[in-house]
Amino acid sequence: MRDWLRSILLPAEGTSYAGSVDSLFFFLFYMGVFFFLLIAGLLTYFLIRYRRRGPDDRTPYIVKNHKLEVVWTLIPLSLVIFIFFWGFHTYMDAAVSPGDAMEIRVTARKWVWEFEYPNGIRSLNELHVPLNKPVKLLMTSEDVIHSFYVPTFRIKQDVLPNTYTQLWFTAKEPGMHRLFCAEYCGTSHSDMLGRIFVDDEKTYNEWLETGGDEGKDMPLAEFGAMLFKSRGCNTCHTIDGTRGEGPSFRGVFGSQVKLQDGSTVLADENYIRESILRPQAKIVAGYQPIMPTFEGMLREREINALVEFIKAQR
Amino acid sequence: MSETPVVIEQHGHAPFLQHHFHTAEQQADASKIGMWLFLVTEVLLFGGLFVGFAVMQSMHPEAFFAAHHHLDRTLGLINTLVLLVSSYTMVMAVDSARRGKQRALMIYLLLTLMFAAVFLGIKYIEYSHKFHEGLLPGKYYSHAGDTVPGQFMFFSFYFMMTGLHGIHIVLGMAAITWLCFRARRGDFSPAYYTPVDMVGLYWHLVDIIWIYLFPLLYLIQ
Amino acid sequence: MADVMALKPGVGGQAAPNYLTASRGLKSWLFTLDHKRIGVMYLASVLAAFLIGGVFAMLIRMELLTPGPTLMSAEAYNKAFTLHGVVMIFLFIIPSIPAALGNFALPLMLGAKDVAFPRLNLASYWLYLAGALMGVVAMVSGGIDTGWTFYTPYSSSTGGAVSLMTLAAFVLGFSSIFTGINFIATIHKLRAPGMTWFRMPLFAWSMYATAIIQILATPVIGITLLLLVMERVFNVGIFDPKLGGDPVLFQHFFWFYSHPAVYIMILPGMAVISEVIPCFSKKPIFGYKAVAYSSVAIALVSFLVWGHHMYVSGQTPVASAIFSFLTFLVAIPSAVKVFNWLATMYRGSISFQAPMLYAIAFLLLFAIGGLTGIVLGTLSVDVHLHDTYFVVAHFHYVMMGGTVIAFLAGLHYWWPKMFGRMYSEKWARISAALVFVGFNLTFFAQFLVGSRGMPRRYYNYLEEFQPLHIVSTVGSWVLAAGFFLMAGYLYASLRKPIDAPANPWGATGLEWQTSSPPSVHNFDHVPVVTTEAYAYATETEETTVGAR
Repeated sequence: MRDWLRSILLPAEGTSYAGSVDSLFFFLFYMGVFFFLLIAGLLTYFLIRYRRRGPDDRTPYIVKNHKLEVVWTLIPLSLVIFIFFWGFHTYMDAAVSPGDAMEIRVTARKWVWEFEYPNGIRSLNELHVPLNKPVKLLMTSEDVIHSFYVPTFRIKQDVLPNTYTQLWFTAKEPGMHRLFCAEYCGTSHSDMLGRIFVDDEKTYNEWLETGGDEGKDMPLAEFGAMLFKSRGCNTCHTIDGTRGEGPSFRGVFGSQVKLQDGSTVLADENYIRESILRPQAKIVAGYQPIMPTFEGMLREREINALVEFIKAQR
Repeated sequence: MSETPVVIEQHGHAPFLQHHFHTAEQQADASKIGMWLFLVTEVLLFGGLFVGFAVMQSMHPEAFFAAHHHLDRTLGLINTLVLLVSSYTMVMAVDSARRGKQRALMIYLLLTLMFAAVFLGIKYIEYSHKFHEGLLPGKYYSHAGDTVPGQFMFFSFYFMMTGLHGIHIVLGMAAITWLCFRARRGDFSPAYYTPVDMVGLYWHLVDIIWIYLFPLLYLIQ
Repeated sequence: MADVMALKPGVGGQAAPNYLTASRGLKSWLFTLDHKRIGVMYLASVLAAFLIGGVFAMLIRMELLTPGPTLMSAEAYNKAFTLHGVVMIFLFIIPSIPAALGNFALPLMLGAKDVAFPRLNLASYWLYLAGALMGVVAMVSGGIDTGWTFYTPYSSSTGGAVSLMTLAAFVLGFSSIFTGINFIATIHKLRAPGMTWFRMPLFAWSMYATAIIQILATPVIGITLLLLVMERVFNVGIFDPKLGGDPVLFQHFFWFYSHPAVYIMILPGMAVISEVIPCFSKKPIFGYKAVAYSSVAIALVSFLVWGHHMYVSGQTPVASAIFSFLTFLVAIPSAVKVFNWLATMYRGSISFQAPMLYAIAFLLLFAIGGLTGIVLGTLSVDVHLHDTYFVVAHFHYVMMGGTVIAFLAGLHYWWPKMFGRMYSEKWARISAALVFVGFNLTFFAQFLVGSRGMPRRYYNYLEEFQPLHIVSTVGSWVLAAGFFLMAGYLYASLRKPIDAPANPWGATGLEWQTSSPPSVHNFDHVPVVTTEAYAYATETEETTVGAR
């Protein structure tokens, strides 16, 4: 019954903490259903039983009953106090992180998530964590307020500029979990998504070693197409020629690009490489200098793949 | 509030009694309630700024302390005294109205107006000094030779708080001028001087706000 | 109902001029000091705002029919939901019941000739118009995309007409404050002879509680919005983290007003329901004092719960815990009201005219809104649900299922008094059914979208959520059809000659003792009150329903 209801009402449970939140959620759910049925039932009964039968109806003078008032004040009051303590209890579980948690730094900016692991490896929009080990996220934002939300973990925390906020979790379900930005942050707020990969210790360590050498067996352009999505390029750049926050990639390679300062430049491999790593160096006319720098955040093969991918967008 | 039903007096319509009130007392009471409620909203309006100031000061205590040295305590103190005296003349104006002393009412109103103008004059001197030194709010702050960074925030609040207060002084002066015209027309009598009373209340509030602003901005410890 | 109307055949004042016909021309309206005319002008204005806000709502629902682009860009969508929120909150809901219906009905219900400060009342309306005009200019000159919550530092850094729109909200705030001041002074000083505090209709108690919040909370949003404008114009630094400010301070300021503000919206709704249920059950209200005091309790506790919007904002867990506890406390008076309304129906003689249909809908929808509020007040569960569609659904169940439905109950209840015309009861019932069904289709689906984890303010969404979004969008069409139907039969009623009796519902309030529509001075003789409110049955004698 609970599993069936959960499949309708809630996402899967990716942590044991999610399970304890869900217990409370279902208590609230059943309590809500009970009170709604009570109110709707009484209402329906009264509406039918006491419907007007004609102008000769007489109504009694019933205007107060102190006992009843006390009863229907105290019962809800004791219920909500009980709920408060339950909710507070689980909330504190999430607020206090265990001392041995592994720390990962999270930097949010419009509209990407960047993760830095203890060994210095960085990844974009993809968080890799080991199974059954507590992980603590130390988060900050470079621009506006974002919010780190993983529905399957039942955790959420605003990410503030100029302040660190933190979250922790112990993932118990291997596989992919979705990460959303839950605090409205502008145009591509709904595309500021990420994926959390929960792997067993061995796979996770391998990933850390190789720096997540994904796509090593892929052709460059295909790998680039994957990065285009996973690194969040697609939040601002399109490949079908429509205008986004940034210029479309369609037909850009080999063209003469008009810059903000009036000059033009040929879009060759070096121009594209520079635009990825140091985007503020040359701003295309008609666009804002809002792209974050990717210097030090992409490995050589990833840059090559992206350049190859953009070259292919004719 | 009294629970007794209002007695409906059908005395000939006094010119000041609005049609929807039964008695002059009822009308005066309603005005007082309205005015006090309005003053509450004013307190809360400034309250937001006070809270903002307190929070920012707690975040940047050194900057606020350093910045407040740029204010002239003597001028601030003089202005405090000027406003206090103007509150006194306002009280006397209300009292004169209640006793039906038309001439005294006029004199006290004009005195209040004069002190208000003196206050604004001194404020003008202070403001122009700040402008000259580049002690301006937010991005316009350009004071040279600061040793403690972040002092612009203090001046953001200094100008917002004293500016909003200054606007209230100007509005109060407009209200007092309006009273002068009505007093000259002979609108007020011991039976009806509610507007003088109300403007008086407003003026005291503006005064009290300054009493809080002065130590807050000029006398940071 | 035909039998009720037959009891008191046409006593409408065709002969003597009423407040609508006493003078003519645009000037006689724009410069009127008559609370009834100001109420009618407010009514026309808030309905226009409702139409504009509704168009934005329909556009939002259309866009969400499919994931990704459907009919507009992400920028346009962000502006659409912001304007929907700003227009509905500041131009429609806040003034809807107090300034439109309350302005018209409250002095009549108290047996007064007018509100305490008629000129302030007119000033309030002009400020409303000025604010609305600024809002429209802001809309067409770039719009805004901050969300109606104006969170910094996004709002202090984004483009568009944010400053103008916040100034508009500032001006509208003062319009709301003036209404509040007027109502408190009116209730204190202008009650008819014999109307003690506990003989007042409960509508007046709720309006009093509403006015307390309007006066104590609105100035704070005023100064907050001014600070935001200062931040944008001068970079004063208070909310800008780059300059040493604190963006979360804005959220504290904002919710210090905006949480009490939701009670500015719902208390007037409760006020209407407390009138309608006794009238159409032909029974005195059950637990008068409990209902009256619960309004005041809601008003006071509402100031201490703002932090429940900020459980995940980075405020300390202790603060969150305190706010959560107080949030639960504020739920109790609302529950008490619902139980008292139900008890009022017990052994009543219930008839099903349009106002009562809306009151019944209110009880059901507000129950869902209130119970999901408990879910959201619970700390750990809210962490999951915060900023998801669950919040959107809860908010609409309370604000639309609660306040807007109550506004419709009040509109149908006082319509004959305001304009002297009866609307078509048949069409009113059909429309009420459409609104009820459409509303539930639109917003119940959003509870599920939200609890499954879809954040709010999303232009693009995962495909797994699409079936529920389709239900929601189709629901919005049903809802819109209900409203168009309503506009039709209400307009049609105005084309008829005056036909409403003074008291079509057999109600006990003083407003029903004068003609429909009332004369300019409301009452020919000052009414004297000798009984409690809602004397549909009295202790000493049992009277039949038809005798009234």
